[in-house]
Amino acid sequence: MSSVENVAPQQRRASRTPVLATLVGIAFCGVLVASVAMGPMMLSVSDVLGAIGARFTSSPVSDTQELNMAVVWDLRLARSVTAIIVGACLATCGAAMQGLFGNPLADPGIVGVSAGASLGAIAVVVLQISVFGIWTLPLGAFVAGVGTTFLIYVLARPGREGADSSRLLLVGIAINAIGGSIAGFLTYLATTEQLMTLTFWSMGSLSSARWLTVSITVVPALIGTAFLLMWARQLDLLALGERQARHLGVDVRALRRKLIVITALLVAAAVSFNGTIGFVGLVVPHLVRLIIGPGHRLLLPFAAAGGGLLLMLADLAARTLDPPNEIPIGVIMGSIGGPFFLWMIWRGGANGRAA
Amino acid sequence: MIKVSDLVVGIGGKTLLHGVSIACASGTLTALVGPNGAGKSTLLSAIAGDVTPEAGTVLLDHQPVHRMRIRELAQLRSVFPQGSEIRFGYNVEDVVGMGRAFRDLPPDEDRAAIAAALADSEVDHLRDRNAQTLSGGEQARTTFARVLVQEAPVVLLDEPTAALDLRHQERLLERARGLAASGGTVLAVLHDLNLAAAYADQIVLMRNGGIVANGPPWDVLTEPLISDVYRQPVCVMAHPERDCPVVLTK
Repeated sequence: MSSVENVAPQQRRASRTPVLATLVGIAFCGVLVASVAMGPMMLSVSDVLGAIGARFTSSPVSDTQELNMAVVWDLRLARSVTAIIVGACLATCGAAMQGLFGNPLADPGIVGVSAGASLGAIAVVVLQISVFGIWTLPLGAFVAGVGTTFLIYVLARPGREGADSSRLLLVGIAINAIGGSIAGFLTYLATTEQLMTLTFWSMGSLSSARWLTVSITVVPALIGTAFLLMWARQLDLLALGERQARHLGVDVRALRRKLIVITALLVAAAVSFNGTIGFVGLVVPHLVRLIIGPGHRLLLPFAAAGGGLLLMLADLAARTLDPPNEIPIGVIMGSIGGPFFLWMIWRGGANGRAA
Repeated sequence: MIKVSDLVVGIGGKTLLHGVSIACASGTLTALVGPNGAGKSTLLSAIAGDVTPEAGTVLLDHQPVHRMRIRELAQLRSVFPQGSEIRFGYNVEDVVGMGRAFRDLPPDEDRAAIAAALADSEVDHLRDRNAQTLSGGEQARTTFARVLVQEAPVVLLDEPTAALDLRHQERLLERARGLAASGGTVLAVLHDLNLAAAYADQIVLMRNGGIVANGPPWDVLTEPLISDVYRQPVCVMAHPERDCPVVLTK
């Protein structure tokens, strides 16, 4: 027996954590540069770095550099940052929802939270509500997201009799169906111009990403992730079930309410301007758990980084597979996530048995 | 330490406890026995603060349980629940460590406390195992280790020995006795009357949501009383080596 096997798992995991963090960091930076460099107009790494550097210096620039700057800064970088924000929001939200429902299949898309939040946003667009200016859209998504999560929790609460994972999935099917039909009705009401927006919405796309949308979504994303990190230990104890978590000092009712609000906030940040992108919250936390274990203190930050990484890659594929057209990113994620979901069910992940 | 007065608990229109009163002093181990459906687990959950009573009070250390904050309650009592389950792949050491998560004890003592509890429950060789892959008995020992690290003055055990083999039944109750000897208050629901006889200072016999008898083993475990309450003829004799009664079915 080697000496490594005698070390306590925490120590083993702890010693692995910096290495993994470094690897994820390197991959993250590499993909970020690649996603900015690649597209209909290919740039070299030095072009990218030069364009970013030029932004912060006042030295005169040539016409080519000016064009590079516009492409890098205004189009691609804003888009890559959006991919990071959306991916991080969906992945951490997935991890938190899985903790809340005690079910590794709880994904904002599958259980219907994304559908609910999108519905809120679609309603804002079609009914032309603009009470809160540019914040109306994310706010509509957030309110509808909270309502939907609450409804799902009431119907498929863990620990209640018969509330196993299949019940959560059934509730998800119903919520998605209801959301879809209301969205269909709103589509029917929509004008041709609105219809364009809605179609892009239902499939998910990052093509509307601008620095303005980044500045609006980054706030709820940071707040939401910070709160979840603060509750990491309580989320761990929820794995014992609500009753035992209470015995050990977790105010489960309060935690549940807070988690419903924060997960809806994260989903709203993700879907408001980019539509529904599925399976990120399912795939990423599951893979992270397999690598570093289920403890939320590490799971949440790694899921955030992994989600950002995955969506940058998916968006890169969306932009470059069929130039000059764009494949909707929702289609890309669906083609990866769907088979992954089936694999998890096949492996018995449905009962929380798989890591 | 535990004082229950005229407790009435009902769930879904059915009254499960009709005015129950018991008291457990610190330094003692009390066994709660009785036939299925007598209300033992309901009484234990009411003392743990899980269910809100319709009438009556539960005092832990002179404070009413139902007014206490959940975090404060976790400093005062630990609970070994019936049928423990764990989601996701936490390993045994993680699960035991959860007993300390919200205890106001110095965190630098956690590691030693967890190691001691793992050894006490004889699960230290399983510390890296995924807790979902444990057998029923190993799971129960892991849960007991988690109860130990919580280091609460009141310890509530709901059928802690149900899944254990002979050796671990004795070890667990020996340890529970040790907790009582060092000033703790232990209340355990037990099905095995002989374990109750061997380890309890006080036995509370329940039937149909009420208390039938309450006293030391020799006073409660009598042939007519047990035969009547369990509707099963028994004979009671002295243990050949221990100074306690033994109950055998006829």
